[in-house]
Amino acid sequence: MIVYLLCFILFLTGLYGVITRRNLVKIVISLSIMEFSLFLFLALIGYVHGGTVPIVDPANPDVKYVDPLPQAMVLTAIVIGLATTAMLMSVIIRIYRKYKTLDIREIKNLRG
Amino acid sequence: MMNPLIPLFVAVPLAGAFLTMILGKFFRNLNKYIGLLVLLFLAVISFYSIITTSGNVSTYRVGGWEPVNGIPIGIYMVMDSLAAILLCIINTIGVLALFYSFSYISQYTSENYFYSLFSLMVAGMNGVVLSGDLFNIFVFLEVAAISSYALVAFGVEREQLEATFKYQVLGGLASLLILFGIGFIYWKAKTLNIADIRAALGTTSERTHYLMVQMLLLAGFGLKAAIIPFHAWLPDAHSSAPSPISAMLSGVLIKAAGIYVIIRLFFNMFIISEEIAILITTLGALSMAVGVFLAIGQWDIKRLLAYHSISQMGYVVMSAGIGMILIARGTRPEVASLAIAGGLFHLINHAAFKSLLFLNAGAIEYRVGTRNLKEMGGLSEFMPVTSSTSFAASMAISGIPPFNGFFSKLIIIIAAVMAKFYLLALLAVIVSIITLASFMKFQRYAFHNKEMHNNETKPKEVPFPMVFSMVTLGLLCLLLSLMVLPQLRDLILKPATDILMNSQMYISPILGM
Amino acid sequence: MKGMTLIVKKTTQLISGIVFLYGIYVIVHGHLTPGGGFAGGVIVAGSFILLILAYGSDFMHLTREETGSTLTENLGILIALIIALAGMVTGTRVFFLNWLPHGTVGELVSAGVIPLYNIFIGIEVAASILTIFLALLIFKEEITK
Repeated sequence: MIVYLLCFILFLTGLYGVITRRNLVKIVISLSIMEFSLFLFLALIGYVHGGTVPIVDPANPDVKYVDPLPQAMVLTAIVIGLATTAMLMSVIIRIYRKYKTLDIREIKNLRG
Repeated sequence: MMNPLIPLFVAVPLAGAFLTMILGKFFRNLNKYIGLLVLLFLAVISFYSIITTSGNVSTYRVGGWEPVNGIPIGIYMVMDSLAAILLCIINTIGVLALFYSFSYISQYTSENYFYSLFSLMVAGMNGVVLSGDLFNIFVFLEVAAISSYALVAFGVEREQLEATFKYQVLGGLASLLILFGIGFIYWKAKTLNIADIRAALGTTSERTHYLMVQMLLLAGFGLKAAIIPFHAWLPDAHSSAPSPISAMLSGVLIKAAGIYVIIRLFFNMFIISEEIAILITTLGALSMAVGVFLAIGQWDIKRLLAYHSISQMGYVVMSAGIGMILIARGTRPEVASLAIAGGLFHLINHAAFKSLLFLNAGAIEYRVGTRNLKEMGGLSEFMPVTSSTSFAASMAISGIPPFNGFFSKLIIIIAAVMAKFYLLALLAVIVSIITLASFMKFQRYAFHNKEMHNNETKPKEVPFPMVFSMVTLGLLCLLLSLMVLPQLRDLILKPATDILMNSQMYISPILGM
Repeated sequence: MKGMTLIVKKTTQLISGIVFLYGIYVIVHGHLTPGGGFAGGVIVAGSFILLILAYGSDFMHLTREETGSTLTENLGILIALIIALAGMVTGTRVFFLNWLPHGTVGELVSAGVIPLYNIFIGIEVAASILTIFLALLIFKEEITK
């Protein structure tokens, strides 16, 4: 039970970083920390007590395996997180080219 | 009952997107025509599907994995009447927006990427609507969302970059909340198939666990659908995008990736409890009111239209919430059916007239060069087609007969009165009157204010592709009001309402075979 | 961009071939050991990025390489989609069907069409990560010009 609570604490740490940091790159890194806490949570869900690595060995086929479905979910989610981070980074480079600063308090132009 | 058309909805636009990137480097004009062909094919098969699917649910097992011991393994794609309605909306507005952008996008430099990303976004939205598996919804949602981030970022001005950054961070946060909810569901139910989760939920007694899951999923999909209080990204992102992309985002993406998934999961997967239903109805009513009050003081055309999007989506969510409250109490199923039908009809209508309004705003910006209502005037004698279609769309969104907005708002108000929610019906009428006032302001300042603008550069009418798309959507606004007739209503709306209210019709084709 | 010192250049010359071969091993054995298309593709891209970082290259070379890697990426995913659609014309006519013979468990040539998917997805992921890296590098070069 305590490991799930630690995952949640990591999620809240990332959320604190997204809300309070001023530098744009630190906001993106905090978003990545939130994603990693979710990957940890998903991989922990599929644990079976006394289970082993879910690779079929033709020698002894009747062994208890851990659940491989959350591991496949985590693989897909890692690739999706990579695409999101790459998009954010290219937008940050364009913002730097226009505004010459990476401070989020300088780019609040839109009102209303 | 394996319908072979179902995987084509996802495979054909994916292939079209990658072919456009390869062939567009060698031949100059080929990327437009590949995109147009792909979307025309999709629109044709979506109309064929909505005529042949009325009441029966067809499934498709990807990879051919048969169920083992009655448990469905493998990924399922399900098409029922609700999915068929949304597929029609996505592909029709997609093909019209693509045709509009033949002449609009020529002012940007990288056209190749535009058509490829457009096809990818349509592929993602088709996948969300057709999926019968919870994690598959997440994957296709991400495909559509990342393509829309790239499409919104087409402009390089200062405000547009800030809007893109805010949209991406909030969209990423929404995806993380959704993934959290999916993780919690898998922990207890040990399966990811929507029908199987419903069957497993019927025999469990862990109410607090599923209450937390419903909160997380409502927050995540509410951020995607821009319900109050998750609406902060919508005015910036929808006003900074190029106009055909604004039409697609506001007309299709917040419906297919936000409202549709909320309706599907809360009616067909979770067992409705009255607290959640009252929460959803409250959020819908708040969206209606706050959206329209924030829209009154706007002088930028596209920000005005974006705030009205929040308000009209509040109508749909409120009527779905009224249906949920009545189902949870177990009384008066015919009023619940009427409320859900009114909400779905308003969803279809809003796609038509909001896309038309955004395309009009794009046409005005293309010729006049500004988006501020105080700097333009008297356009009705120079741009007659834009002016008349904009008049039709403004009448439709305000609820004036004989346009389609009148009938859908009437059904919602009648359902609210019959269910004895008099305060909500009064709120709906007040919001509709304020919407009418706001659009009267838009019409007067843009088109009829002859003495404000001295017209030294007389703007001409916009080129043919833009005119064709706007006229077609205007005709659709008139024709959709025919859906109140009993024959069309029984063909299209009634099977969708039945399968939402009676989840056994959704489960038995998937688990029974 | 400028390259790095002589020690880094010589070490990269020796190491990058081994990293490339390890990436191909992880891709091809995707149905027997952990790994597969995604992880192996990232390792293969890593070997190319190592070479670019150590030796440096000027702006013209970067834009030409970015055109080539975009083309490779799109071709890779298109062939993977064609293999998935080919399941609709053979056998029991389903999307994504496993339509080659299955073989015995544990051999290298077995499990039907899965090794082919792994190879083409591996090519595609390697090319796409190389494209992301080159695109960000070209952005940075345009700023400092």
